[in-house]
Amino acid sequence: MAEIDRARIGQWGPESTMRIELGKIREFARAVKDPNPIYFDEARCVAPPTFLMTMAHWIGDLGETRSAVKLDYRRLLHGEQEFEYRGPIRPGDVLTFRSRTKDVFEKTGKRGGTMLFVIGETEFRNQRGEVVAYLRNTVIETAGPVAG
Amino acid sequence: MVRFADVHEGQELPPVVVERLTRTDLVRYAGASGDFNPIHHDEEFARAAGNPTVFAHGMLSAGFLARCITDFVGVGNLCRFKVRFATRVWPGDTITCSGRVTRKYEEAGERRIDGEVVARTQRGEVAVTGTFTARLPG
Repeated sequence: MAEIDRARIGQWGPESTMRIELGKIREFARAVKDPNPIYFDEARCVAPPTFLMTMAHWIGDLGETRSAVKLDYRRLLHGEQEFEYRGPIRPGDVLTFRSRTKDVFEKTGKRGGTMLFVIGETEFRNQRGEVVAYLRNTVIETAGPVAG
Repeated sequence: MVRFADVHEGQELPPVVVERLTRTDLVRYAGASGDFNPIHHDEEFARAAGNPTVFAHGMLSAGFLARCITDFVGVGNLCRFKVRFATRVWPGDTITCSGRVTRKYEEAGERRIDGEVVARTQRGEVAVTGTFTARLPG
């Protein structure tokens, strides 16, 4: 079972910033095959719902979301992904974000093995200091290796 | 975009169909999202890990589901969206996203709906499920 550093659960990691670019929004909208004209109208454009995944990957393995645990990546599954939207994210916005391990808990699986659930959270604030979104992900360390 | 007055519990969202995913679609999503896990584009790597071939990012299907929701509620009206990954999606698969309104209510001075969505393959398998909350104009 993974090592858990309980003292780090809930502790925010360092902050980073990133500017939201119109071209990146269009590239992302095209990749998810969403032809909504709002993504091509600079005046009305807001980021698509799952766009923040692009930030998560720049943070580097979702940043500090797993800081409280040492996980075995061969046994890791991405179980759930949640987005909470507090305000619009528009091209030109500069977002400041920070991450933490929100919770860690164990469950017994259907076949008897113990599974470790790790809930990570990333908070995004815009250039006016307004919280615009939270990203939460659940990763599961399974009892045995994962096929893929 | 729908209005609150025109929505009822149980109402179905217009489906979104993505025909025959290609490996190029997977590579395009890798580039756009920054998720370059080789299991999604490197055939040799995917096979060495015990897969018949590469498979799609779960968040790609989640993106299709998000479009199904925002086509209905409007971009920017979404309050919450949560997805759970069920089974893998392969090149050549056709993904159909559907959903329905599960609850209609007023909260915190806003008119809101909750709903559920599902992305299925042409084999009928559930690839990704999701739930959402949105605010709607009168």
